Amino acid sequence: MRSTVLTDEPGQDAYKAPNPGISAASPRRTGGDLVQLISPEGERISHPEFDLWVSDVTDEQLCSLYEDMMVIRRIDAEATALQRQGELALWPPLLGQEASQIGAGRALRDDDFVFPSYRDNGVAYCRGVEPTDLVRAWRGNASSGWDPYRHNIATQQIIIGSQSLHATGYAMGIQHDGADSVAVALFGDGATSEGDVNEAMVFAASFQVPVVFICQNNHWAISEPVRIQSHIQIADRASGFGIPSMRVDGNDVLAVLAVTRIALDRARKGGGPTFIEAVTYRMGPHTTADDPTRYRDANELEDWAAKDPIARLKALLRTKGLLTEEVEAKTQAKADEVARNLRAGVINMPDPAPLDLFKHVYSTPNSWIERQKDHYSRYLESFSGSTQEGAL
Amino acid sequence: MSKLTFARAINAGLRKSLENDPKVVLMGEDIGALGGVFRVTDGLQKDFGKHRVVDTPLAESAIIGTAVGLAYRGYRPVCEIQFDGFIYPAFDQIVSQVAKMHYRTQGRVKMPITIRVPFGGGIGSPEHHSESPEAYFTHTSGLRVISVSNPQDAYTMIQQAIASDDPVLYFEPKRRYHDKGEVDETADLSTALSMEKARVVTPGSDVTLVTYGPLVKTANDAAMAAADEGVSVEVIDLRSLAPIDFQAVEASVRKTGRLVITHEAAQSGGLGAEIAASITERCFNYLESAPVRITGFDIPYPYSKLEMHHLPDLDRILDGVDRALGRGNSLSGLEG
Repeated sequence: MRSTVLTDEPGQDAYKAPNPGISAASPRRTGGDLVQLISPEGERISHPEFDLWVSDVTDEQLCSLYEDMMVIRRIDAEATALQRQGELALWPPLLGQEASQIGAGRALRDDDFVFPSYRDNGVAYCRGVEPTDLVRAWRGNASSGWDPYRHNIATQQIIIGSQSLHATGYAMGIQHDGADSVAVALFGDGATSEGDVNEAMVFAASFQVPVVFICQNNHWAISEPVRIQSHIQIADRASGFGIPSMRVDGNDVLAVLAVTRIALDRARKGGGPTFIEAVTYRMGPHTTADDPTRYRDANELEDWAAKDPIARLKALLRTKGLLTEEVEAKTQAKADEVARNLRAGVINMPDPAPLDLFKHVYSTPNSWIERQKDHYSRYLESFSGSTQEGAL
Repeated sequence: MSKLTFARAINAGLRKSLENDPKVVLMGEDIGALGGVFRVTDGLQKDFGKHRVVDTPLAESAIIGTAVGLAYRGYRPVCEIQFDGFIYPAFDQIVSQVAKMHYRTQGRVKMPITIRVPFGGGIGSPEHHSESPEAYFTHTSGLRVISVSNPQDAYTMIQQAIASDDPVLYFEPKRRYHDKGEVDETADLSTALSMEKARVVTPGSDVTLVTYGPLVKTANDAAMAAADEGVSVEVIDLRSLAPIDFQAVEASVRKTGRLVITHEAAQSGGLGAEIAASITERCFNYLESAPVRITGFDIPYPYSKLEMHHLPDLDRILDGVDRALGRGNSLSGLEG
């Protein structure tokens, strides 16, 4: 009995075979040096090829992108504060990368599936993940915060670049299913040096699967500047794999939205993978345990502060007369409310029970785990009536 | 019943899984038109298509990493690692992703991935083609590790591994690929012995001899030779290496009071150490002598002209049996 759900009949190629399709010309990088639709000063720059992809964005939606960025920056600030106050063990701030993440996150369809890194909280927010769930793992209450299938976003990956392969494999599954969803891999500039990211691009190109690689080049991998990772612009690596690429101003939410839509559309139509380099800047530390003053120049931070993703959209909204007092107040109120709820959620988060240690290691009972759990629970019971009361 | 080689038995099991579950996808290097370097997947691509029997680019980490993504999407990938010594580029994906995903996601994301690994020596190969890396994986929580020793188990257990919602490393003894045995292809999976259970393959009463994979045949031969000398050796085929069916080993040792463990893998930090320690903990008072390990040496797998010295053979196993019995043996008269 053979499958009837698959896209083709046995004996035929499901994948676009690499032969005889090897082309002499590598796929081009499009959009020039940097796709930009809003200047750092907040001017709307006309770019016919890309304007087309955001021409449907209404004034209201522009305000909504602004609100998303404001809210995620507020979540980020609140989480950083919670770490400083001892409520979180660690936090990886995304300050400065709001446009890259909201632009990409808002381009997605519900049925697309995202494989994020630990810093992609803005994308997770766009997928509907509760702010409290964004910090659950950083408080140490669980290894991850949410149900991937509820929000169609995998949990945050900590091993650098590992998730690029998961996204590619998921895209192979989409292709098998004959669906027009897209898998999206999010990673940073440091990850592009990892073998997994390079292998993912080999697989994605060979099988022409619907995956979009979004590299947020935030210029720093902890203390290592991007020039240590790459001798050329990262976007230019893609053509060597046979993957078309775009290099976008990652602090320009409209431009990121446009290029992500282009890549998603290509993938949905069977056009295979796309690589996007979103050029942005990590304005904060790598994590709350990091000290960037040891390795980077304060002037550099100043330069990038002048290109702030929120400030430039704010300026554009002002010019367009959209940033009324009412909109400002509403946005601020929303951000404050989310932060308040986040704080309350964190402080009231119940501690896990000791025997949760042994849960979910396997999907079916395992004799080794069961024995150790049994021994440890009896050990804990030997203290019953004292400190372990109710712990079981 | 039909008489099949070990390799054909795995092939038949893979075929059955492909037929029964449209979500089963085979991936690996050279597994398509060639049928794998050992021909284990012979004919499967022709019958099921390139979309279900996928020749991948040569990147082991990506074979496993994309399998993780396919599993996320609801597929049951069966990955072939061409040779034992080629698994290390995939080590990170296996240990950090495949093994931990279920725990990380509180059981929400299952990883029903089977990783087939032809392993062990004895075929005169160059470096990296004869290794026994199983202990790296039995030390990693979240993985199930099994090893098969005969065509019937090979046929049944590959299907059990694929049907498992947990990831399974399936170690195939490559030097046994051409051994033939009776295989009941109508065997009902639901009533077959669980892949977690060990099996007594030769009953005995004087010494318990524990092994798995390629050495089960050698151990059985040793038991026959010992019987000629009036020593009754009980041979246990572990089948599952993680978890190990310690109850079965314990029951045997309580009866015999003596334990010999043999594997091709190096001794230090190996499965023999785990078995000796666990059995000593569980039935110390039943032991008449210290557990004995007969294993590969703590050296890189040697060049093939010397591999017969490295691999435990019938005589070295019998020497170990003599040690367990306190009879004259190679170490008699030596301290330690």
